[in-house]
Amino acid sequence: MILNQFLLLAAILFCLGVYGALARRNAVLVLMSIELILNSVNINLVAFGAYHGNLSGEVFALFIIAVAAAEVGIGLAIVLLIYRNRRSIDLNQADLMKG
Amino acid sequence: MSLVLASVDWNIAQNVFFYIFAIIMVFSAFKVVTTDNIVHAALFLVVVLAGVAAQFILLGAEFLASTQVLVYIGAVVVLFLFGIMLTRAQVGADSELDQPNRWPALLTGSMMFAVLAATLIRTFEDTELPDETVTTTQQVSDTIFSQYIVAFEATSVLLLAALIGAIVIARKD
Amino acid sequence: MSLATPMTEVPVEEHGAETGHALVTEMYQPTGFFLENVWIIPAVMAVSFLIILFFGKRFAKKGSEVGLAAIGISWVLAVITGIQWISQRGKVPEAEGSGEHAAGALLAAGEEATEGAEIGINAVVRTITWWSNGGIDFPVGTLVDGLTIMMLFVVTSISLLVHVYSTDYVAGDRRYTHFFAFLSLFTAAMLFFVVSENIIQMIVGWELVGVCSFVLIGHWWEDQENSDAALKAFLTNRVGDVGLLVGMIMLFWAAGTFETLDINRMINNGEIGHTTLLIASLSLLAAVMSKSGQFVLHTWLPDAMAGPTPVSALIHAATMVVAGVYMVARLYPVFYEGMSISGSSINALAVIGSITVVFGGLLAFVQDDIKKVLAYSTISQLGYMILALGVGAWTAAMFHLFTHAFFKAGLFLGAGSVSHSVHSFDMKKEMGGLRKFMPTTYKTFVVSSLALAGVFPLAGFWSKDEILVGTGGWGLFGGTGGNGAYTLMLVMGIVGAALTGAYMTRVIYLTFFGEFRGHGTPHESGKRITTPLIILAGMAAVAGLLNLPAGFITGSHDGWQERFGHYVEPTADYFPAISHGIPSYSLAIVSSLIAFAGIGYAYYYYFVKVAAQSPTATELSSGLTSTNKVAKAGHTLLKNKYYLDHLYTGIITGFTKGPLAKSTYWFNQNVIDRTVDNVGRGAVKGGQFIYDKVDQGFIDGAVNATGTASQGAGQELRLMQNGRVQRYATFLFVAATILAGIFTVIV
Repeated sequence: MILNQFLLLAAILFCLGVYGALARRNAVLVLMSIELILNSVNINLVAFGAYHGNLSGEVFALFIIAVAAAEVGIGLAIVLLIYRNRRSIDLNQADLMKG
Repeated sequence: MSLVLASVDWNIAQNVFFYIFAIIMVFSAFKVVTTDNIVHAALFLVVVLAGVAAQFILLGAEFLASTQVLVYIGAVVVLFLFGIMLTRAQVGADSELDQPNRWPALLTGSMMFAVLAATLIRTFEDTELPDETVTTTQQVSDTIFSQYIVAFEATSVLLLAALIGAIVIARKD
Repeated sequence: MSLATPMTEVPVEEHGAETGHALVTEMYQPTGFFLENVWIIPAVMAVSFLIILFFGKRFAKKGSEVGLAAIGISWVLAVITGIQWISQRGKVPEAEGSGEHAAGALLAAGEEATEGAEIGINAVVRTITWWSNGGIDFPVGTLVDGLTIMMLFVVTSISLLVHVYSTDYVAGDRRYTHFFAFLSLFTAAMLFFVVSENIIQMIVGWELVGVCSFVLIGHWWEDQENSDAALKAFLTNRVGDVGLLVGMIMLFWAAGTFETLDINRMINNGEIGHTTLLIASLSLLAAVMSKSGQFVLHTWLPDAMAGPTPVSALIHAATMVVAGVYMVARLYPVFYEGMSISGSSINALAVIGSITVVFGGLLAFVQDDIKKVLAYSTISQLGYMILALGVGAWTAAMFHLFTHAFFKAGLFLGAGSVSHSVHSFDMKKEMGGLRKFMPTTYKTFVVSSLALAGVFPLAGFWSKDEILVGTGGWGLFGGTGGNGAYTLMLVMGIVGAALTGAYMTRVIYLTFFGEFRGHGTPHESGKRITTPLIILAGMAAVAGLLNLPAGFITGSHDGWQERFGHYVEPTADYFPAISHGIPSYSLAIVSSLIAFAGIGYAYYYYFVKVAAQSPTATELSSGLTSTNKVAKAGHTLLKNKYYLDHLYTGIITGFTKGPLAKSTYWFNQNVIDRTVDNVGRGAVKGGQFIYDKVDQGFIDGAVNATGTASQGAGQELRLMQNGRVQRYATFLFVAATILAGIFTVIV
């Protein structure tokens, strides 16, 4: 297997995740896209770790998983709060910082 | 530069499975970001995450693969589904999931991919992975609890903070 | 100058051989405690001034006892110093046929002049450097030689007598203490001037005595007249002081030093050019004209009689006015070489002196105020002294200074005694017939007047005769020798003598004879007034014996003759080789006859004709001036003091105050001020322009523009923030991509 396989795969997932984060209206969907991004990064890390024979890649990816989980929890809590206050999680309507 | 034909003898199985999983993943990811049904998006995400776990196995990171399945598919996606439910997402096709103006995102995505691809191909043309890349759980745990002990403790504190934070933010007062 | 070894070599000069004066090749350096510490004498008076000024009022006699004690001490010290000098002078043997007779030897035998070079006596000089600046040292110190001790004696004696006199005359005055303080200061200043070692000190002393004169003339300054007179004195002296400063500074730059003796030596050795000396001597002559009351700048002296009589006696008869004469005498080589005194028949110094003699004398005839007569008489006698210096008769001038001090002071104090009794100075209105009431005053006044007129054998005869001898203008019976042939001066001197006798006779008649015209009963003054009068009259009588011309009486050159000249005239390398006149019987007889003629005519006019008219008359009612037009015009001219005051105050100051000041003011206002104003206006306009166009328009515009631009940009950029996170994320990712692209693809 060549390294580039994994890296390109990760690149594709990353770009799709970026597209999703920018193009989706629903806040939860944006969070999902961000999960895509994070996972692509994980693939990258593990691929490089395997390439160098180093465990650091895996360990780093592990921590990323943990952090991502925490982040999703907080993110969804915030989204819930927004929903409770505004009855909608449409990001186009969350423009109080306009101007 | 022939990627497909760069497979070497007994790596054929790995390559084949890699490509199968890769195609499934890309398709599912594509669906995550484009589908109208939000629950479908979550389910396609599950597929993607599973695919990632499969890639981990291919790379020999068995502990990581299991952790991926457990944590991501087992907890994160469930969280997502709870989130979808609690925010009264429309069941079935929802036309308001996408931005009206999608082309900046498209542009960004494609530009980014172009740059990344160009760079990657130029840098890591035909670099091969070594044959033995399997790592055991024991090695991982050894590394965590010796070299990265501080990060481990910090992560646990972080998780505690996230836990408390989530409760505080989301409670009904 | 440090004390040299007793015998010093002095270069031989050819000059001396021509004029016949003995050459000075060696000099003896005298020593002596009082000669070296002569600074004590002015210091005592200065300390007395300070004590009286600050503590005078607390003393029992209001400070006058301090002044008297101080001047007494100074007089004693001056006498002792004089004795020390005489004893030192005695150590130097007189040359064979002593210097004063070298001229006579020349005329008679002709050989002795070139041999028997005289041993001179150097002056005692003590000096310290006061301060130095720019490589020039300003010394201060004392110089003692015969001239100095003569002046010390004169100043302290007259001052002592005036102090005693003043305790009675000024008693009860509102500023008694102040008067004595300034008498002390004046004496200190005059003594300081007299012992000056260098020309800077002379200038300081000169100015100091001028200031004291101002203060003392204006003693009763509550009357406008008195303060005007004081100012006139000071300012007229100031006019002359310009000449003083110019002359002294010229001498400094020519000689490179301030020390009087060094300057004199350099001139004697011919090291300073003749033109420099001519200009310097003419400048100094201006100073002498103002200070010593020579014609043209003498106008302040009669007005100075507004001060108290002791002041007039001390300052304006005996001491301050002779400061100019002393200065000429001290710096004699400047004048001797500068004006080419030897061998000529006319020079500026002699001309001024002789004019003063005659004009001053003429003015004395038309005065009604007794002090003014004496003032003009002083002017006339000062003219004699300058005349004598101008013809080269140095010793004669100094001797006349010496005798004049005594008899003129006696005359002034006598006039004061008279006024003390009749309370006025006006002879015609308030006096007359006083010889019955004030016998002592009368007798001393007459003796002093006869001395002034030059009657044999009183002091004035000897000194005046010596001056006439010195002119060298007498041609009969072999002449009198001398430095030149100043015939004109001789004539004017004789005329002056006649005038002197005449006006003094007039004064005596108007004051002491006839009937008393005033009010009240006059009485003789107290002992403190009459004692000084007696002393002065005594000196006037016998002082002449100090300088009897050798061989005049006894025909032989005995040691007791010409003592004054022997001790006072310097025989040193700093004194030019002047020649001396030999006295002539014929001249003495002729001049005495002419003087008697003057006295006689006045006697006839007053004692005979006026007395015949009436006992209280003061002039002939049908005299010459009321009948003859020319005489009347002359009388008017004299009454108006030759219109000199009119010239000074009316014309000169009037022009300066009027047209000159006005035109200068016009120039100032319209030209200078206008230029300044225009510059100011221009600056304002320029500032306005810069403010409006450059500052407000350009610079502020630029500053404002940046602000506007920032604001505009901000306004535009603000619209990018639409509040949506995804747009921000888009920017973030795009930027990151672009950067990544640049770094990876291009770089």
